[in-house]
Amino acid sequence: MTTFGRALLIIALLTAVWAAVSALRGARLNQREWVVSSRRAIYALAAVLTGAAIVLESAFLRSDFSFGLVVDNSSTTTPTFYKLTAMWSSQGGSLLLWVWVLSLFSAAVLFATRHALREIVPWATAVLGGLATFFCALLVFKVSPFTSVANVPAEGAGLNPLLRHPSMMFHPPLLYSGYVGFAIPFAFAIGALASRRVDAEWIRATRRFSLIAWTFLSVGILLGARWSYSELGWGGYWGWDPVENASLMPWLVGTAFLHSMIVQEKRDMLKVWNITLIVGAFTLALLGTFLVRSGILDSIHAFGASTVGGWFLGLIAVVVVGSAALVVSRLDDLRSERKIDSLLSRESFFLLNNLVLVGLCFVVFWGTFFPLISEAVTGNKASVGPPWFDRYTVPLALVLVLLSGVGPLLAWRRVTLAQVRRLFAVPAAVALATLIALALFTGATGSPASLVLFTFAAFTITSVGSEFWRGIRTRRLVNDEHTGAALASIVRRNRRRYGGYVVHLGVAVVLLGVAASSAFTHQVDVRLKPGETARVGDYLVRYVRPTADVSSEKLNFGAVLDVRKDGKRAALLRPSRSYFPSLDPAMGPIGRFFGGESTSEVGLRAGLKEDVWSAMQPDLRSLKPGIRAGNRQLASVGPRGQAIGIVALAQSYTGNAPAATFRLIVDPMVTWIWLGGVISLGGALLALWPSALASRRRISSLYAARLGRELSRA
Amino acid sequence: MIAVGIALLAPLRDPEGVRDSDARADRLAELELRKETKYGEIRDAEADFHAGKLSREDYRALDRTLRREAVAILAEIDHAGQQGPPV
Repeated sequence: MTTFGRALLIIALLTAVWAAVSALRGARLNQREWVVSSRRAIYALAAVLTGAAIVLESAFLRSDFSFGLVVDNSSTTTPTFYKLTAMWSSQGGSLLLWVWVLSLFSAAVLFATRHALREIVPWATAVLGGLATFFCALLVFKVSPFTSVANVPAEGAGLNPLLRHPSMMFHPPLLYSGYVGFAIPFAFAIGALASRRVDAEWIRATRRFSLIAWTFLSVGILLGARWSYSELGWGGYWGWDPVENASLMPWLVGTAFLHSMIVQEKRDMLKVWNITLIVGAFTLALLGTFLVRSGILDSIHAFGASTVGGWFLGLIAVVVVGSAALVVSRLDDLRSERKIDSLLSRESFFLLNNLVLVGLCFVVFWGTFFPLISEAVTGNKASVGPPWFDRYTVPLALVLVLLSGVGPLLAWRRVTLAQVRRLFAVPAAVALATLIALALFTGATGSPASLVLFTFAAFTITSVGSEFWRGIRTRRLVNDEHTGAALASIVRRNRRRYGGYVVHLGVAVVLLGVAASSAFTHQVDVRLKPGETARVGDYLVRYVRPTADVSSEKLNFGAVLDVRKDGKRAALLRPSRSYFPSLDPAMGPIGRFFGGESTSEVGLRAGLKEDVWSAMQPDLRSLKPGIRAGNRQLASVGPRGQAIGIVALAQSYTGNAPAATFRLIVDPMVTWIWLGGVISLGGALLALWPSALASRRRISSLYAARLGRELSRA
Repeated sequence: MIAVGIALLAPLRDPEGVRDSDARADRLAELELRKETKYGEIRDAEADFHAGKLSREDYRALDRTLRREAVAILAEIDHAGQQGPPV
């Protein structure tokens, strides 16, 4: 089957080359038959790569250890759920995922535009075919996921224990889908430049794909944060790790693009800026993939030093230099005759929002690459930590929250000062009331930045609410509908606008959670023996008893913690540490069970007000004599005898457990981050949901009739 | 491999059949999309006016401009619809 997989990759490579070459020929000579052939090549590419992905996934499901990738990343004891995810825990598998998703997106956009944009589509197809060629070439010549093993082993190494978390099932493919999704508007932007058709049509044709990419990236980032919070055992959800930052940068620029493209659609402005943003977003997506693969920056997520980093750098250079040259050569076509009419207009605030988002991206970029910059300048590899990032990102994030409340209140072109006073009155009053209430009745004054963020978030939430209310009120006045029907009507008539408002609401809620959990967290690291207690925030935590579980897959040493507040039980937490056996026989038949990877299983009680979070590190030094004795005495017995030895060790731990180290955290409003993510996802889906064609036609015909009437009156 | 080859080369073996694919229909579909977008802008402006974000004068000027643009698109649709089959 590995040969079949390799053959599919070679066919995919040839098909991708054909797609790029035939599209270029069709575009340059205006020969339609070559364009149709290139589109079919992209469809075929999607089908062939789907076949390759199925071959690899079925090898994981069948535990076919003739595949090198399966040996290195799976085992017979790996749960089926995680066998399905094992594909993207390796370099070759994740690159296959990348190009497979790219081919699916490319096929979808070429199908959607098969009757549109005749000038742009051939060039866009050439770009998409070129990108697919790059990735297929890497898979064929550099890191094949279909390498075969000469001596097929009976068992594999198993999946990296850190990746055994439900979030990891979805996090990488969502992140990749986000990265890859930006390739679609990028390719059409290049197509628009090449064909000199730089109006807003390329944006309209790919708008949905841009939003899909942004949505995937957003959910992927949040799932990564959730995994970090509940799996890594350090107690946070964001650590400004280079690979985390690598996903944030395209998200920031992609968010800026989603706003500024509306300005081009509505006002035919910001053409150069929009192309710059989408080139930037796609380049940063490639940079993110490069960071994970190159090993140039230390990260818990990286695949380590590899041979494909240089290739990615080459691709990034081609994308940046090629796009810049194309933009410069088309500057005359890109010039817009329209200008911003007033500073008090939606477009001027969109531009401001863009500058803040790009500023945030620059800060994250600088901090992430500072080790390389400092090494190049001083010879020393220095790095910056979370306090550095906080110093610059917090003020910009505050402005961003405020802008996400101001933007929806303003109209396009211009708003008078009197209208500003009327539109801003309620949100500003609510924000002021929030500020006073928080200052008087809570300890929020201890963190001025958080206090400002709460105030701005109150402004934004009220502003979004008032937008819904204004829409409902207008609809009720004009159509005499009740509130529910009016709400449904306004949302149905303009899903994009109201979906966007819901996303703003979700982002405000996320940032509320971030601010509260960052500023008002309580954390202690303590060593406790069974029966001892520790205080964290308002909670008293007692180490009730140790636990130990043995399974064929792992050993698990944990604790039962009784958490009380004001004398009443608030939660019973069960943090633990899991030990996955190593395949190295040199560690001995018993020692190998303790010598492999280990992961933290967090004990968590989540709530809207606050989370109580716990992780533990058992002290296993007392087991060492037993492990040494077991290695000597059980070397010649079979797995059954060794299992009895392991169970005996586990029982000796629970019978006389030494002190364990605990990290205990009371984190306010962390749940709001996940809740805000769900709200944002809902808003994005609302904006993405297609309009019913029938109702659109009906509305169109009504407007056409009205236009006709007015025209005849003129 | 053979199936992929046949699918890719078929348009090259019958270029006339491919060229006959209706360029006019493509143009019409594109104009329809532009028309929908323009109608959306007219609706947005109307909603902004009713919400008190636009003064009556600004709204009238904006509405007039948008309707003029919409009419131009409708005229383009008519023109494209009346043209003969592509050569």
